[in-house]
Amino acid sequence: MSALPVRSRYVASFVTLRRSVTNNLVTGVAIVSTALVLVPLVAILGYLLYKGASSLNLAFFTHVPVPVGDPGGGMANAIVGSAAILGLASLLGIPLGIGAGVYLAEYARGTWMGAAVRFTADVLNGVPSIVMGLAAYSLIVAKQQHFSGLAGGVALAIMMVPTVARTTEEMLATVPNPIREAALGLGIPKWRTVLSVSLRTASPGIITGCMLAFARVAGETAPLLFTAFGNQFWSFDLNQPIAALPLQIYVYALSPYDEWHRLAWAGALVLIVMIMASVTLVRIFANRGALKGGH
Amino acid sequence: MGVDIRVENLNAWYGPVHTLHDVNLHIPANHATALIGPSGCGKSTFVRCLNRMHETNPAARAEGKVLMGELDIYKDATPVEIRRRVGMVFQRPNPFPTMSIYDNVASGLKLNGFRKKRVLDEVVERSLRQAALWDEVKDDLKKKSGASISGGQQQRLCIARALAVDPEVLLMDEPASALDPVSTAKIEDLIFKLKSQYTIVIVTHNMQQAARVAENTGFFLMGKLVEFAATTKIFTNPSDKRTEDYITGRFG
Amino acid sequence: MNKPETISQSTAPDEPKLQLPTIKTMAAQAEGGLQGAAAPSVPSVIRNFLQAKSSGRMADGAFATVMVVCGLSIFAIVLLIVFVLVSNSRLSIHAFGWKFFATQTWDPVSGDFGALPFIYGTVVSSLLAVLMAVPLALAVSIFLLDICPKFLRGPISFLTELLAAIPSVVYGLWGVFVLVPIIRDQVGPLLEKYLGWTGLFVEPNFGVGMFTASVILAIMIFPVISSISRDVMRAVPVNQREAVLALGATRWEMLRIGVLRNARMGIVGSVILGLGRALGETIAVTMVIGNHPGIVKNLFAPGYTLASVIANEFTEATGDLYLSALIEIGLALFLVTIVVNAIARLLVWAVVRGNPGSAH
Repeated sequence: MSALPVRSRYVASFVTLRRSVTNNLVTGVAIVSTALVLVPLVAILGYLLYKGASSLNLAFFTHVPVPVGDPGGGMANAIVGSAAILGLASLLGIPLGIGAGVYLAEYARGTWMGAAVRFTADVLNGVPSIVMGLAAYSLIVAKQQHFSGLAGGVALAIMMVPTVARTTEEMLATVPNPIREAALGLGIPKWRTVLSVSLRTASPGIITGCMLAFARVAGETAPLLFTAFGNQFWSFDLNQPIAALPLQIYVYALSPYDEWHRLAWAGALVLIVMIMASVTLVRIFANRGALKGGH
Repeated sequence: MGVDIRVENLNAWYGPVHTLHDVNLHIPANHATALIGPSGCGKSTFVRCLNRMHETNPAARAEGKVLMGELDIYKDATPVEIRRRVGMVFQRPNPFPTMSIYDNVASGLKLNGFRKKRVLDEVVERSLRQAALWDEVKDDLKKKSGASISGGQQQRLCIARALAVDPEVLLMDEPASALDPVSTAKIEDLIFKLKSQYTIVIVTHNMQQAARVAENTGFFLMGKLVEFAATTKIFTNPSDKRTEDYITGRFG
Repeated sequence: MNKPETISQSTAPDEPKLQLPTIKTMAAQAEGGLQGAAAPSVPSVIRNFLQAKSSGRMADGAFATVMVVCGLSIFAIVLLIVFVLVSNSRLSIHAFGWKFFATQTWDPVSGDFGALPFIYGTVVSSLLAVLMAVPLALAVSIFLLDICPKFLRGPISFLTELLAAIPSVVYGLWGVFVLVPIIRDQVGPLLEKYLGWTGLFVEPNFGVGMFTASVILAIMIFPVISSISRDVMRAVPVNQREAVLALGATRWEMLRIGVLRNARMGIVGSVILGLGRALGETIAVTMVIGNHPGIVKNLFAPGYTLASVIANEFTEATGDLYLSALIEIGLALFLVTIVVNAIARLLVWAVVRGNPGSAH
């Protein structure tokens, strides 16, 4: 630096100054933005907790909706209905998704076909949920001439398949190949190797993936609007219109009655707590019984 | 008890690459046979052809005749049947991480549908004793994961796992290359003890190891079996110039 | 070979140099099957069992077939969706042809349908949302990647991911009861005062409308853009960054030259993925956009999107042509999101796959 003429030195220090100002500015912007983003998050969760908790009572879990004007009432039927629809969706979607993931990771690795399936799964993942509802409507409701929980379950199942398939594939890809070879080398048939070695080794990740897929569809309203449709009464029949928590929240939120708004908030809180709780529970369950030093 | 292995005109390809050229040799029963040669010479491919592991890669292919005792393994049996008679120990210890030590050893039987618990208990203890691991792990058999013990112990666990299916042949693909000298010595010790009961084929790039454990040694170079003879002959008086160059360290 | 299984003791090799470990008497001895550390007699129980066991070829074939069917079911699902949507919208496709996407009338009474207002609403609300979400998402990605102290990194990225886990209907609920009043009473007058001259923010402002929908969408797509752009930035090899730093660059210059420039395709991909999500988002938008077809410049005015018209009118639609028109809107939405997602995925893959091993 000392060799530079005075003028150059001035320019150099000016450039340095500008660079450091830019640098600090960007750093500041990044910090402020992060804070800004956390505001709505905290606002939503906080408000939900406040409104929801103050509206919750025992009746919410034990009663079915009452007509407008009558006080009280709950969403017991919607909770049960959601559980039924989600159970059906998981029963259909998770095995199919895991199968597709196994195909991708164990049978189609490096093949052209595998790449095509993988790509299709990723793209299917981005298809709006309302379209899944339309498809299930056209496939089932239009044929049967009535709304049904079955159609809702199918719509949600279709949404679960690509997510489950892709996580299963990614988790299986983390299982080292020598472990597969060890099993094959013992004369264990490939199907048994896949089930008892590959899938078992990857199971914590796969279970987490399934839970994320579950959590994602558990809050879905759009695909149920014209499939499960909703129901004000008790119903366990998946071949009939059935109530679902998100649907009930949607209907109540858009109603003009304060009492229903209160129930909508309570429902939203219950929905979120149920989603989070099921995810956490399964994770704990999946981690239990793990061996020392295993993973 | 082991069986002998007779290999006739064995060729192998990996994609378009011809990795083994017309290998012919006779591996005697109940002895240790070492295969040496520089990296990429085909010695690993060769042992993987002996239990048909080579073909688990979709791009790989093998042709020729391998007789294990009376059985032509490429004609008269499926890969699964062959692998039940041939144990394999790999370069790096690869115990099943989600299984306990006990389940690792029993896996070859359990996953093939063997259910007699009494026999399993015996087999697990016998195999672990054979692999000289019993005393170190007997208290944690069902508590510890197979991946939680040290690398040398893991490799002996893998040997126990291979022995548990009561194989006739034991293939070892550089079993000590990932281990420290003490663990290596233990593995060599084991091979020495086991070779009277099993036909052992061991791939190694460590010539001293071959000299220490094997009665016979084969030298591979560029996919060809250059020379196969008694270990003492290979190391003291090789008949091929290339073998001599290799063992005297002139290349590889 | 011909020794009976029970006399296993004698099969133990008796070479003197073979040092077998001292064996305690085992339960096995009573069985006579297996003795100490010696190899069992041949043929043993085990050998007999394994040799009698089938090779599992049939089971292998059956299992592989089932897995292939599961894999191909993903194609089947896509084809099935296309098929049922096309066949159920045939009526509307025949009646209106391509004109369907270019006309503004939406008149269920006279049976005249055109989807242009919904396309307009979808495109405008989604683009606005992307415009709002992208700078924030990138800033947060950069913050988490490089500036954030380690102990905050986990909690903050967990919180932003939590945003993605909140169901759409809960965003809608919050939108209706919290965001709408804020926009009506606080934000609206400010925007009108300072930006009213653009014609984009003109009273009356009821709180529900295109602008509110865009804000909700922005919040909802933020986690998508943020998490994927972070993955992409992380996939840039560390040596690229170090090379720039070694030249004496400041942190921002390092990010700009070493990270953003290398990851730009993937970042664009993440933005397009966010766009795809916004295009198809249904419930929250339906709850706050006002649901009135029309093409107006004013962002305070109510709007309508492709997804929200389906959600809002499908169950009340009377007449086959009406239903068919709504399903055709769904078909259009499906095809658009497929194309948008395909482009985005290709861009993200190009970056992440191009640097194998460097991700994470």
